[in-house]
Amino acid sequence: MSAQFQVDTPVPTSREQGEAYVRIENVTKKFGDFAAVDSVSLDVYRGEIFCLLGGSGSGKTTLLRMLAGFETPTAGKIHIDGQDMSTIPPYDRRVNMMFQSYALFPHMTVEKNVAFGLEQEKLGRQEIKRRVGEILEIVKMSSFLARRPHQLSGGQRQRVALARALVKRPKLLLLDEPLAALDRKLRENTQFELINIQKRLGVTFIVVTHDQEEAMTLSSRMGVMNHGKIAQVGTPAAIYESPATKFVADFIGSVNMFEGRVLDEASGSLRIQSEELGCVVAVERSVNCARGATVWTALRPEKINISRDQEQGSPENVVRGTVKEIAYMGDVSIYHVQIDSRKIVRVTLPNIMRDAEHRITRNETVYLSWHGSSPVVLTE
Amino acid sequence: MRSSRGVFSRTALVFGLVFLYVPILSMVIFSFNNSRLVTVWDAAHSPTLKWYAALMSNGQIMGAAWLSIRIALISATGAVILGTLTGVALARFGPFRGRTLLTGMTTAPIVMPEVITGLSLLLMFVSLEQLIGWPKGSGALTITLSHITFCMAYVTVVVQSRLAGFDESLEEAAMDLGARPVKVFFRITLPLIVPGILSGWLLAFTLSWDDLVITQFVAGPGSSTLPMVIFSKVRLGVSPDVNALATIMVTVVALGIVASAIWMRYQNRRRERDEQLAAAANL
Amino acid sequence: MDNHAGRRLVAGIPLLWLLLFFLVPFIIVFKISFSEVRLAMPPYAPLLQWLHGLPHPKLNFGNYAFLFTDRLYISSYLYSLKVAAVSTFCCLLIGYPMAYAIAHAGPTWRNVLLMMIVLPFWTSFLLRVYAWIGLLKNNGVINNILMYLGLIHEPLPLLQTDFAVYIGIVYSYLPFMILPLYANLEKHDNTLLEAAADLGAHPVTAFLRITLPQSAAGIVAGSLLVFIPAVGEYVVPSLLGRSDQLMIGRVLSDEFFENRDWPVASAVAILILLALVIPIMLFQHYQRRELEAQK
Repeated sequence: MSAQFQVDTPVPTSREQGEAYVRIENVTKKFGDFAAVDSVSLDVYRGEIFCLLGGSGSGKTTLLRMLAGFETPTAGKIHIDGQDMSTIPPYDRRVNMMFQSYALFPHMTVEKNVAFGLEQEKLGRQEIKRRVGEILEIVKMSSFLARRPHQLSGGQRQRVALARALVKRPKLLLLDEPLAALDRKLRENTQFELINIQKRLGVTFIVVTHDQEEAMTLSSRMGVMNHGKIAQVGTPAAIYESPATKFVADFIGSVNMFEGRVLDEASGSLRIQSEELGCVVAVERSVNCARGATVWTALRPEKINISRDQEQGSPENVVRGTVKEIAYMGDVSIYHVQIDSRKIVRVTLPNIMRDAEHRITRNETVYLSWHGSSPVVLTE
Repeated sequence: MRSSRGVFSRTALVFGLVFLYVPILSMVIFSFNNSRLVTVWDAAHSPTLKWYAALMSNGQIMGAAWLSIRIALISATGAVILGTLTGVALARFGPFRGRTLLTGMTTAPIVMPEVITGLSLLLMFVSLEQLIGWPKGSGALTITLSHITFCMAYVTVVVQSRLAGFDESLEEAAMDLGARPVKVFFRITLPLIVPGILSGWLLAFTLSWDDLVITQFVAGPGSSTLPMVIFSKVRLGVSPDVNALATIMVTVVALGIVASAIWMRYQNRRRERDEQLAAAANL
Repeated sequence: MDNHAGRRLVAGIPLLWLLLFFLVPFIIVFKISFSEVRLAMPPYAPLLQWLHGLPHPKLNFGNYAFLFTDRLYISSYLYSLKVAAVSTFCCLLIGYPMAYAIAHAGPTWRNVLLMMIVLPFWTSFLLRVYAWIGLLKNNGVINNILMYLGLIHEPLPLLQTDFAVYIGIVYSYLPFMILPLYANLEKHDNTLLEAAADLGAHPVTAFLRITLPQSAAGIVAGSLLVFIPAVGEYVVPSLLGRSDQLMIGRVLSDEFFENRDWPVASAVAILILLALVIPIMLFQHYQRRELEAQK
């Protein structure tokens, strides 16, 4: 085995050393008048799995294709490992891509497919054979050398596509919706396998996906894209728990959003009067906004407590409502509660007990409450 | 529910096929007829192969057939080269300057009445000769140039639709793995469209071999292709050795088509079996 | 970047070829249609004449005027349009049920049937038209059979009639009608018909309201593939048609070969093209849509 493949411990990311491995600076890509990618700046560190998450038309695929060299930026610069990529065609980049369709060559065997990239590097036949064997070992496809792509299942094709890109030992591997073509069960296993392989080889991954669950499990950090711009960059937990904008809060997971006005503000706490919610929200967190400013309070459904009885104490962070719908999902139940202001609030509760005797039923009057650290206050 | 409409359309299909094949069959049958009167069956002395013998010893027909074959070989090859370039450009290059013009000029020849194409080509050749002294007169060269032009449209359509069936990311993947554009074409694109190119070549060969009207305009004296010889013969009425010629041509084509159909069916079966196996072995 | 140069070459070579051998020829035809005929080689006068060192264009509309004064041209022009229209309609009537039956056949039969439709197309067009002479002439197969059966006593004059021309054109162009129709019908979703039946539609109603409208694109494509070349058809009327009523393609060819009047032949060509410009553009529009749908 070559030295590069022997790495078993996670490679330290260059973030720990503070220098960007892939540096995207003010990159814009226009098709006609339409800016698919709109002055995006982004740093990705060595050894990371970075996910670009966004809906269709958010510009994530265009950004990926610019990294691969299939599109040239209209403006801005891309550096990989310190090298300016502007004038380098895709075939001269040490960047490889795993295509959404896998793009396995239908007229070549698995072995030929994987060897194709090495043949372009004019390596000796023995060397090619050895490296192809090695990588197929890693993706557990060694026994399928002589098969053609149409003789493989979806999961097998995915592994071959991965091997074909990795065998070139790229500085950067781009993955376009790597798991979208697999069915649900297979997807979960493959996610963990992908992470293992990445750790083992230490290659930097940039993954494009529209599936937030996929982005959350795979990535060390992720960037949420919207209308050609990066809306927020951070770890999955940071993005879920502290979304920076209404769009991000709404796009990742589900959220209840209430418009309101800042009542007063002290260091480390904030009180918001919301007509939409019908109560005062007390937030144990400082937010940079002036008294009287319009803000939005975002509350995740699982962070809301639901009970039959009103707790004694302050009237803050509690609101009364009627259960309108209940959706039983197995692990959790989703409650649609209409609060006194007529607005519907979504609440999820884990079904901890098996029996249904004490569960809240439809048309019951309930009280919704939450901890002061739960709401996120958004200004845009 | 399917009954009434099914019966009607199936009856129509049977009658339609009879309509398509009776004339061909009648030519085949009467090619073995002894009588010179072609359509009167001379039961006493038939079947006979004498018209086949007459055909083989007819120097004019054999000469014309040889000329037609040579023209068709060159035209089909030329049409395949130009048609493949056009098909690749139209299917893969996205928008480029001259695209609309190129699309227009590849579909128009398919439906253009042949008298118009023939006339315009000849007038162009004459003007060109006046202008630069080339091509010198009409003959095999002008026929071949004309045939390449109207055949390449068909090749383009075949290649373009075959390429449309393949994801463009195949070529991008090859480039991503380090292959330069020329290499991508020869290692990836070309092998994928080989079946289209082959059928395009055969189609072009057949069209060139069969063309009468355009050829008549651009042929000039002294270079008569097989369709021209047949046409001048049958204008005067039926002729038994033409029946023999038709029978030979029909047999060759039928054998070729049946063979290719069997081969394709075998390929499809194998492919289906492979795919079933792969699905069964799903991880 | 060598990528761009390569692309320019790939698209440029066929583009230049087609400009030279397809577009320029039409411009020349257009030009010559305004020339005067003369006894020389080539037999037309140049459009530009030089008078006192200045170019002096001599546009001559005489050829077009001539076409409208002699009844021969107008009548064969209208006759050709009529023959093409009637033949196209007959092709549609015969071809639609055939395409429908093939599209609804089992997968194995479907391929065999398609092969049977395509096979005549691969054999010589000329010889297939020629075969009808043997069938249609006075002592031909059809008349012999009818007389043998005692249905007629005198041979029916079948050859050199309008009927023979229709037969010949329908026969030669039928595959061009069936193939696009089949390609269209084969893609239809059968559950739509089931849904229609479920909602209470009679099969005939379901066909007229669901299948027929959805196959409009196939009908248009097939009809154009038959109509456009049929207008200028030359071989069929020459072998099977009347000698007292020529089709326009034959007129063009006679003007060119017999009368050696290239300018008038060019004017005839331009006139045919005028009738076909819209159908040809329609056809191209349809072709483009088909290819885009495949992607």
